[in-house]
Amino acid sequence: MKYGYYPGCSLERNAAAYNVSTMAIAEPLGIEFNEIDDWNCCGATEYTSIDLLAAYALIARNLALAEQLPDNGKLVAPCSACFLNLTKVAHQLEEEETLADKVNLALAEGKLHYTPGSIQVYHLLEVIFNDVGLDNLAKKVVKPLKGLRIAPYYGCMIVRPGYQRTFDNPEHPTSLDSIMNALGAFVVDFPMKANCCGGHMTQISQPVALEMLRRLLKNAADYRADIIVTLCPMCQLNLDAYQENVNAYFKTDYHIPTLYFTQLIGIAMGIPAEQLGIGKELVDARPALAKIGIEVPSEESVPEKKKHPKESLPMPTMSKED
Amino acid sequence: MIEPRIGVYVCHCGTNIAGVVDVAEVSKWASEHLKGRGVVISRDYKFMCSSLGQELIEKDIKEYRLNRVVVAACSPHLHEATFRTATKSAGLNPYLTEMVSIREQDSWVHTDKIAATNKAKAMISGGVERVRYHEPLEPLHVPIHPATLVVGGGIAGIQAVLELADAGQKVYLVEREPSIGGHMAQFDKTFPTLDCSACILTPKMVSVGKHPNVELFTWSEVTNVEGYVGNFTVNIHKKARFVKEDICTGCSICQEKCPKKVIDDVFEAGLGYRKAVYTPFAQAIPNYPVIDKENCTYFQKGTCRACEKLCPTKAIDFTQEDQDISIQVGNIILATGYDLFDSRRIPQYGYARLANVFTSLEFERLSNSAGPTGGKVVLRDGVTEPKTVGIVHCVGSRDKNYNNYCSAICCMQSLKFAHLVEERTGAEVYNFYIDIRTPAKDYDEFYQRVLEEGTIFIRGKVAEVTDAARMAGEEGKIIIQVEDTLMGKQRRIPVDMVILSAGLEPRRDAKAVAKLFGISCSSAGWVIEKHPKLDPIATMTDGIFIAGCMQGPKDIPASVAQGAAAAARVLGRIQQKEIALEPIRATVNETQCSGCRICNNMCPYNAILFHEDRAVSEVNPALCQGCGTCIAACPAGAISGTGFSNEQVMAQIEGLLLLNLEAEPA
Repeated sequence: MKYGYYPGCSLERNAAAYNVSTMAIAEPLGIEFNEIDDWNCCGATEYTSIDLLAAYALIARNLALAEQLPDNGKLVAPCSACFLNLTKVAHQLEEEETLADKVNLALAEGKLHYTPGSIQVYHLLEVIFNDVGLDNLAKKVVKPLKGLRIAPYYGCMIVRPGYQRTFDNPEHPTSLDSIMNALGAFVVDFPMKANCCGGHMTQISQPVALEMLRRLLKNAADYRADIIVTLCPMCQLNLDAYQENVNAYFKTDYHIPTLYFTQLIGIAMGIPAEQLGIGKELVDARPALAKIGIEVPSEESVPEKKKHPKESLPMPTMSKED
Repeated sequence: MIEPRIGVYVCHCGTNIAGVVDVAEVSKWASEHLKGRGVVISRDYKFMCSSLGQELIEKDIKEYRLNRVVVAACSPHLHEATFRTATKSAGLNPYLTEMVSIREQDSWVHTDKIAATNKAKAMISGGVERVRYHEPLEPLHVPIHPATLVVGGGIAGIQAVLELADAGQKVYLVEREPSIGGHMAQFDKTFPTLDCSACILTPKMVSVGKHPNVELFTWSEVTNVEGYVGNFTVNIHKKARFVKEDICTGCSICQEKCPKKVIDDVFEAGLGYRKAVYTPFAQAIPNYPVIDKENCTYFQKGTCRACEKLCPTKAIDFTQEDQDISIQVGNIILATGYDLFDSRRIPQYGYARLANVFTSLEFERLSNSAGPTGGKVVLRDGVTEPKTVGIVHCVGSRDKNYNNYCSAICCMQSLKFAHLVEERTGAEVYNFYIDIRTPAKDYDEFYQRVLEEGTIFIRGKVAEVTDAARMAGEEGKIIIQVEDTLMGKQRRIPVDMVILSAGLEPRRDAKAVAKLFGISCSSAGWVIEKHPKLDPIATMTDGIFIAGCMQGPKDIPASVAQGAAAAARVLGRIQQKEIALEPIRATVNETQCSGCRICNNMCPYNAILFHEDRAVSEVNPALCQGCGTCIAACPAGAISGTGFSNEQVMAQIEGLLLLNLEAEPA
């Protein structure tokens, strides 16, 4: 499986652990990444609000460079914001011919050109869920995450419908849950799994941002999650770096580490933790990970079995097709 | 061809036509310019369809010895029969009349008066050219078999069956489930009067079961339909019950002793259990059980036979086999009902994830005194009474992500639930609604009553039902996140129980059923009626009628009304003893037919059969509705249609285009 690769700025710095772990699991999973040469920033969430056409041209430059790669037109972005920007612009350029013409006029200054429709943008989660597949992933597991309680956190960007594809349910996504299950972890119900982490609100209004983070942390804590697993550098940064601020502001005492899903896949595949960037997180993940090494008591390893009183009524299951 | 003597009649239709088309000018033009094409007389009149208008035509036919009539008025759907009758009463064959729709196809769709007037002239010119080729036709008379098939034993089907049987006619009722009763049998109370559902339904069920004119097939499905109005041959597939119906006394010892407990997804809506041998409920008709092969220990593992050993009359018979039964009927009434919208499709409402989120049908069973909790309104743990209950309206309805339509019953059903919860638990009840729709008799009065009982109404579409507590007071509760559009604020309402008032959807197999009976469905899957207002219980296929929710979401009174109406139509048919079929139909010229069979599958009425021996197709004249599809499709031009032959169509086109308008200024 060959893909063009767009790491984005975050993966160069604060989310370096995401990049390292992605690279570490790629080869064993049969993924070949071909990084775009001379890629530039996607403009994050701000630039599209300032100058739309310039922002589109900025993003389209990456698409134009990706088009030159000898791959099959599939471009992977692990960062949710980069993914959303790239897929949105790729979609928009396909829909609006005049926009594509203007953007190409700008790109021509740099001797570049983008053919609308030539690039399909994928988030890394989608690649692992659909292209690698749960069966193949499960085969690679040598150290099942048995005993780890995981809150799967998707954030608000990757499941938005209406661009190139909608690959998971926007209100209640389950792909990351399935991946974590395949690794042997116990996935807690995390109702806020697709809620916003606050994004850059920490820079604008900290009380608002901290309340948004508090809700997520409280929800994860209510379900006794050992780890919040994420797939977005922004979400990871907010939950990890601002957890102390939340505790100080609300007089709470949360210590829930936030790791990238690629890091946990790596651990389950038996890759040493240091090769996965583990240890770079601010809320220490070691106590939680220490649980995996230990023989786990059976009550922790199996899903909680509720004892049903005799009078109780049967519970419907999700499996029934619609 | 005898010399055509044509009368042209241009209707004003009040101002419907005359407001846009200069009818006097059109009439004058026809008498002057179409003289050479056989027009002897042309008139305009305010209402051609009135008795005076008809008399005008009759008088002219006699006076001017007319042998063709063209009426330029509304659509033939409305008044073709009227003008054919008028023609006939003047002694002319009724099929020598042609209607030109200058209302629907002209005055109603144009605003430019001059252009519309010219168009009317062109259309009349086409009609005149066409009518020259009309031939006198005789309707086909076929006898009507007096028996009727009713498919679906819910309240609509039951009503139809009883109307027909009480009138002395033979009725076959086919029901897929082990008992008749349908959804109504699952309810405890019915709105707006809060009648006990079983009390009003079961006497009707008993009447069906005991009626000498009714032959009941439960645990059965229709698998094949052949023939045409008056003469249908229907195959009924009767699944093996593994219980001898003639010996079983319905004592229910087998059900008590059967060791295999199964979740009942049908009658108990998944909220209760049944055994592998079961009758769905105590008042089931017929009262003998069925053995569910998929779950029976004997059928799956080869041991057990507890029911067989313990049956006091030795009525269990594991060797019984499915049967196919062929019946003859003259008419068919379909009343196959609806399926409930699957609330799992809206994951943010938490159904099947959060234990105390219930669907409307689950709540019907929960509140039913014969249901799994004996009518106690409790949470899914089976014991705890809720203190606060939220009822969410429009789940899967009025939502472009799921179904655009209003499911019609959910508002009243939600009000009923609010009343029942309040009455049985004293809990605080919230209704989350978009609009309250209570249009029928005594419905809004019921709404007022529920308002006075203290139910809280919050206007807004629920965004999310979650157990993620955020604030004090939310711990351990289910929180309903909603925008209160009257207050203009986001609200979070913590409750113990949520009831999702799920919408109604066509049966999963609605399209297959429609195909089986040769009728059509809308894209949503509801059956299309002959006319949405004036003929809601007939279909475009003669002899097939519909009643109840298969035509669209409706409540019990409306379903009963349709069941009775469909039966009345069938009774009328039976009394006529024979039916005159439109002679407008297709015929295959066997010498030209190459046997390619292209036409066979195109016919929407399954009217074309293929003779293997002679390798030619033939149109069954009783089934053919004269739609013309096969005529257009036949590559050999071997099929022609009475009333729409190639000559007629070509002449009409020529007339429309220029033949008589050449001299006209642009």
